[in-house]
Amino acid sequence: MWSWVLHRITGVGIYFFLLVHILDTALVRVSPEAYNAVIAQYKNPIMGLGELALVAAIGFHALNGLRIILIDFTGFGTRHQKAMFYIVLALWVVLLLGFAPRHLMHVFGGA
Amino acid sequence: MSAATVAYPAETDVADASAEAREDAPPGSFTITLIIRRFIPEIDEEPRWEDFDVNVFPTDRILDALHKIKWEQDGSLTFRRSCAHGICGSDAMRINGRNRLACKTLIKDLDPSKPIYVEAIKGLPLEKDLVVDMEPFFESYRQIQPFLQASGTPDRERHQTVEARARFDDTTKCILCAACTSSCPVFWTDGQYFGPAAIVNAHRFIFDDRDEASQVRLDILNDKEGVWRCRTTFNCSDACPRGIEVTKAIAEVKQAVLRGRA
Ligand code: SF4
Ligand code: FES
Repeated sequence: MWSWVLHRITGVGIYFFLLVHILDTALVRVSPEAYNAVIAQYKNPIMGLGELALVAAIGFHALNGLRIILIDFTGFGTRHQKAMFYIVLALWVVLLLGFAPRHLMHVFGGA
Repeated sequence: MSAATVAYPAETDVADASAEAREDAPPGSFTITLIIRRFIPEIDEEPRWEDFDVNVFPTDRILDALHKIKWEQDGSLTFRRSCAHGICGSDAMRINGRNRLACKTLIKDLDPSKPIYVEAIKGLPLEKDLVVDMEPFFESYRQIQPFLQASGTPDRERHQTVEARARFDDTTKCILCAACTSSCPVFWTDGQYFGPAAIVNAHRFIFDDRDEASQVRLDILNDKEGVWRCRTTFNCSDACPRGIEVTKAIAEVKQAVLRGRA
């Protein structure tokens, strides 16, 4: 249940990111200056936290997606779905532990 | 205790009645509070929660508590039950937020110090108190043709190997209680979805090598409201009182659809 809820939320979140992302990237065709101006806007702490949320969402969605593939296409998947969910969560935490401190240093430390 | 534990208005005369009952309560018994979602279409516009204090033994089941309420406190309380032994599938309900059979849920397996919430299963039209209209559920069941379809009329039994029988053994255990289908968040929002129970019963015949209509059922379930609606939330597997691995059965049907054969 919760794996599904998280999968939905992260999925919808990623979708809206992609929408914005396509728009801002398309701006470069309009004028490189406009593109630069928009991208410069992103360099603030709120966007920095947003990026962390984005990476977290994509990380979970990707790992849990692999879990769902195993559930759908293997004989053992459904029986071990709980264990696989905990593995997904563990890998996710490890990934975020690697990413978050460095990223936050960039955002807040100016390093 | 009854009125204090809930924000909903309590029936005071009900609480009084159970206070009297407590005085000559048999040893080993104790009082629990059941908070039941009532809906009497002639009286209520909206469902409401009503709490009842009942004297029970730890080995009693929720069904026993419901009986006590109906027989001793409020005869208007309405619920379905038939066998009372987990085989007819009449009394699936939401107990503390989980779909369970009332006749298989022991008081001691819940936390009797807290009120126990009981409500009708979700996703099917509410008719009265704990009774829902099961017709949409049975309609999906009928659609997957839940009967053996084999050509010829043999004059003795149709033989089957132990291995062939084992393929669908799990799904023969279904009692059509609807606990699975009504626990499914996809079904809650999309009543057209066949639902886990229909797929379980299709599985029972799709993987039966005596049956010749597997392909028909696979085509039926290859619908947009068929197996592909399943988002593997596993609520159905958790809910099934027969311990059927429901999501596994659905996954097997999905794979059979992709393969194009059982
Ligand atoms: S699969 Fe289990 S939960 Fe679903 S209807 Fe059958 S017995 Fe009930
Ligand atoms: S009353 Fe028959 S299954 Fe519970």
